[in-house]
Amino acid sequence: MAALVEPVVGGIDPLTPVPHRVVAVDRETSDVVTLTLDPLSEVLVPALPGQFVMVWAFGVGEIPVSVSGVDDAGRFALTVRAVGPVSNAVVAARPGDTLGARGPYGTAWPIADAKDRDVLVVAGGLGLAPLRTAIDELGGGGPRRLTVVVGAREPDQVLFTADQRRWRDLGVDVQITVDAASWRWDGAVGTATDVVARLGAAHDIAFVCGPELMMTSAARAAIAQGTDPANVWVSLERNMHCGIAHCGRCQLGALLLCRDGAVVRWDRVVELLRERGR
Amino acid sequence: MDRSRVIDPQKGLDALVRELAAAGYRVVGPIVRDGAIVYDDVTSGSDLPTGCASDQAPGRWRLRIDDEPTRFGWTPGADSWKRFLAPAHQEVLRIRRHDGSWVSEAPPPPDRPLALVGARDCELRAVAVLDRVLLDADRPDAQYAGRRRDTFVVATTCGVPSATCWCTSIGGGPQPHHGFDLRLTELHEGGHRLLVESGSELGTEVLGRIPGRLATDVDHVAAEAVVARAVEHLPPRLPGSDLPALLAGSASHARWEQVAQRCLSCGNCTMVCPTCFCSTFDDTTVLTDDGSAPVETVRRQHWASCFELDHSNLGGVPVRATIAARYRQWLTHKLETWPAQFEVTGCVGCGRCTTWCPAAIDIVHEAGVLIGADDRSGAGRREEQP
Repeated sequence: MAALVEPVVGGIDPLTPVPHRVVAVDRETSDVVTLTLDPLSEVLVPALPGQFVMVWAFGVGEIPVSVSGVDDAGRFALTVRAVGPVSNAVVAARPGDTLGARGPYGTAWPIADAKDRDVLVVAGGLGLAPLRTAIDELGGGGPRRLTVVVGAREPDQVLFTADQRRWRDLGVDVQITVDAASWRWDGAVGTATDVVARLGAAHDIAFVCGPELMMTSAARAAIAQGTDPANVWVSLERNMHCGIAHCGRCQLGALLLCRDGAVVRWDRVVELLRERGR
Repeated sequence: MDRSRVIDPQKGLDALVRELAAAGYRVVGPIVRDGAIVYDDVTSGSDLPTGCASDQAPGRWRLRIDDEPTRFGWTPGADSWKRFLAPAHQEVLRIRRHDGSWVSEAPPPPDRPLALVGARDCELRAVAVLDRVLLDADRPDAQYAGRRRDTFVVATTCGVPSATCWCTSIGGGPQPHHGFDLRLTELHEGGHRLLVESGSELGTEVLGRIPGRLATDVDHVAAEAVVARAVEHLPPRLPGSDLPALLAGSASHARWEQVAQRCLSCGNCTMVCPTCFCSTFDDTTVLTDDGSAPVETVRRQHWASCFELDHSNLGGVPVRATIAARYRQWLTHKLETWPAQFEVTGCVGCGRCTTWCPAAIDIVHEAGVLIGADDRSGAGRREEQP
């Protein structure tokens, strides 16, 4: 049989972590930081809003992380919560440390589809991270109207508060809600879905990211408000392990989420999410 | 040059193996070891089984050896060519600390291309599935590409399908029609001999160097009879190409819980499956002599199984926490969702998963129950025994 492709010899294996210098560490909450990475050698292709990279800590391991910021010089930001061994190592990184990254992988929020339309963005918790660059792009003009609903567990868990001020200055309707708060909090208390359900206005297109149950209820609420299910987009997660659709571990039905997701159309996954354990 | 010749089942096969080795191939073929047929390096035709047959049923594979001179009278065991193209364990990357950063190195490709001797149609279709998954990807698998490069394939017509085979129901058959350089068909009527047909220019070249005679119509007619007899042993079981649509609504079927009562979640089915490609990457780190800092990481890849509890881990918790969910993932991936992922079907009908299941669970029977079809073969009926 003839060879189908030339093997990679001496080139860069797709699994190779590319070295990056940590140039900034911004603490977002008690257990969430945003790291800015600067390429030391090879420059990765800039991530589109919603794409992720595999981040590698030498001697610890590798995890998928959504890109929460990009610039023209090949720098990008990652917003990470300390949960397991790798994310703890990443969160503990200091300026000057070296981390590996490869990617970007996966699908992106369909920013072009939002032009001249009423756009709803719903984020729960860390789900705001993969939406941050999307809101940055949308906030610069494009949509007719942009509503951003941000849900967090508590007031001090709200991410990107400086960005939110900037978005408001651009005319974005930013609505914050928290699950629980003390008397000092004068904002809304309740879920992001509650806020969506009370919007009283249909949006043409919705981008939703957060815990799976939150996305399910928020997507349904947006649809109940009048958004076409084919225009609702969610960002789904399974065990993204290789990032290049070789290892089979991020399957959700027919989707290989590292390749066919993370950003997927709601009407294509609603049945898959109905049944537990998929 | 002749595109089909007849060779002696002993001397001819020996000449073929030696010719391929002399041409620089690593020749791999079936051998008998530990009471089973396995694939391994061969240096002469006599390494290949003689007088071997196999009995197969759900949960059962037994080798029989008699005095017959038959060379290919067996059906494959647990082993498949996947082990040579995508090994169960392999190093994929070595990353060494260097000057505040690191340098990485991938292992070199194999020094010799593989020659696979004795591959059935189901097995060649399985290799084509792996090619689709690992080579036709946006980022081809470099290790697989290196091992797969310039593979020489000696296929064989399958004259003796087993009770767990169902290739004709899912797009295959006893005789390979493409994906080979040479195709052997063992003939008994009118004298024991091997009909060798070429499927490539390279195959024709190699064939020209093997002692034998020109094939005649008599030989071709005898080969057709071998195929026809094999097909008779392969009654249609399920409409393979319709399974994705038929299984689409099965996610909440009560059968998943029933099969979970028998399934051990051992993963045997996925290990013997010639198309299962799931894998895990592990980093092993070497520390400095005083143990103070990691200096080198070796990234290794090994076969994984959707039956492993941590396969679907998300934030440290498995998404598919029950055996029912994991069995559903296995069956629906093979028979329902694979074409949507890779535009080929994930099952080649070889029957290994059923044969090597310690609980004798027959995937075809289970699929039949799920789609409400009448699976007439009865191969799955062992479950009704006490």
